[in-house]
Amino acid sequence: MTIDKGPSPIVFRLDPGSGVPTYLQLVHQVEQALRLGHLRLGDQLPRVRDVVAGLAINPNTVLKAYRELEHRGLVAGRRGQGTFVERTLDRAGIREQADLRRTLLDWMRAASAAGLDDAGMSALFTAALLDRHKDTGAGGEGRTEGIA
Amino acid sequence: MNAVAIEARGLGKRYGRSWALRDCSLSIPGGHIVGLVGPNGAGKTTFLSMAVGLSTPTAGEVRLLGAHRAGSPDALDMVAFVAQDAALYRNLTVSDMLRVGRSLNRRWDERTAQDRLAELGIPLDRRVGALSGGQRAQVALSLALAKRPGLLVLDEPLAALDPLARHEFMSSLMAAVAEDGVSVVFSSHVVAELERVCDYLVVLQDGRVQVSGGVEDLTAEHHVLVGPADQADEVAALLPVVRERRAHAQAHLLVRCAEGFPVPPGWQHHPVTLEEIVLTYMREPAAAALPGPKAVAR
Repeated sequence: MTIDKGPSPIVFRLDPGSGVPTYLQLVHQVEQALRLGHLRLGDQLPRVRDVVAGLAINPNTVLKAYRELEHRGLVAGRRGQGTFVERTLDRAGIREQADLRRTLLDWMRAASAAGLDDAGMSALFTAALLDRHKDTGAGGEGRTEGIA
Repeated sequence: MNAVAIEARGLGKRYGRSWALRDCSLSIPGGHIVGLVGPNGAGKTTFLSMAVGLSTPTAGEVRLLGAHRAGSPDALDMVAFVAQDAALYRNLTVSDMLRVGRSLNRRWDERTAQDRLAELGIPLDRRVGALSGGQRAQVALSLALAKRPGLLVLDEPLAALDPLARHEFMSSLMAAVAEDGVSVVFSSHVVAELERVCDYLVVLQDGRVQVSGGVEDLTAEHHVLVGPADQADEVAALLPVVRERRAHAQAHLLVRCAEGFPVPPGWQHHPVTLEEIVLTYMREPAAAALPGPKAVAR
């Protein structure tokens, strides 16, 4: 087992088959770590050099991910020190999630009645997600912007 | 950072009666990791060896990092080259190789090279010939970086390495870029690795530049449209098609146009990966190096 000796409580991994752009995978993993409490206020994100050396990716990709997180108000860069968590994300409310899940199940019943099978629903959902990304601009997801 | 890393104008190289590279004009901005791809014999090695000053052009010229003519003493000081198969003297030890580098270069950072090699666990007293392929590649990279180059050029650095050694080599290279901000140009056959590493791409085909541009621009400008085959001609008349595949009912068109173009009704639109773009152009030697919308605006 390798234990990362870097200053950050988290490490990144990549899913090359996911089709999600690399920088966005990093953004999502930071958000996920914030929601799960693996990253707390004042914690440091992995240093660019460490991320790059661990994953063999272009440093600009990491910088782009950190810029995006800065833009979302979640982290801030400190000159010569690194990038640190400025704000944590509330875990999505359990009741909220349950409501969303119910609407989704209703939608699936409607889709099934219309003759769509699982694969068809999945394709439609993915296509709609892609459309939404296009509408909200290159940065993809607009959802975290709303969380204060 | 933004100075031009490599600028070629009308660059050509003839061996005997055949042109290995012809009328090659391109401008690669600095601060990038540039992937140079193309089939065997496309002119990649020819281009790189002229850029680093190892061979002289038959026609045209190539300049590095602003204005230095390739092969001039100033250019040689600023560029480092890792040749195919990490060409080193196999009978020398690693520390002998370091001494060679120290004696042959005006700028030399012995400390960094030694630290890098120690970190990689490569013994200095080992003969180069007794190292593994991955270690040899790392020694060649350490020697190149010890020059503290502004531009690092690598010819097929991954070709002879196993997947793990590839990953480790690329990790080292990316870490060096993160620390020094060196511009990198490397040729490769390993198309799948490009997407993680490169932010700029040049495709050579038959001795000419077929595509050249930023990876983000290229992926944003290329799309696959899937729709009914009997409408394919109509759509192809409206949008520049790089490659099309057609069956009785269905057609796939890989098009190049700006993002946000109107998708014809009844057609589905899919994003394309860099790997798909590269393979498509390599399959279609005749596909013109269409200038992207941004290239026109510049």
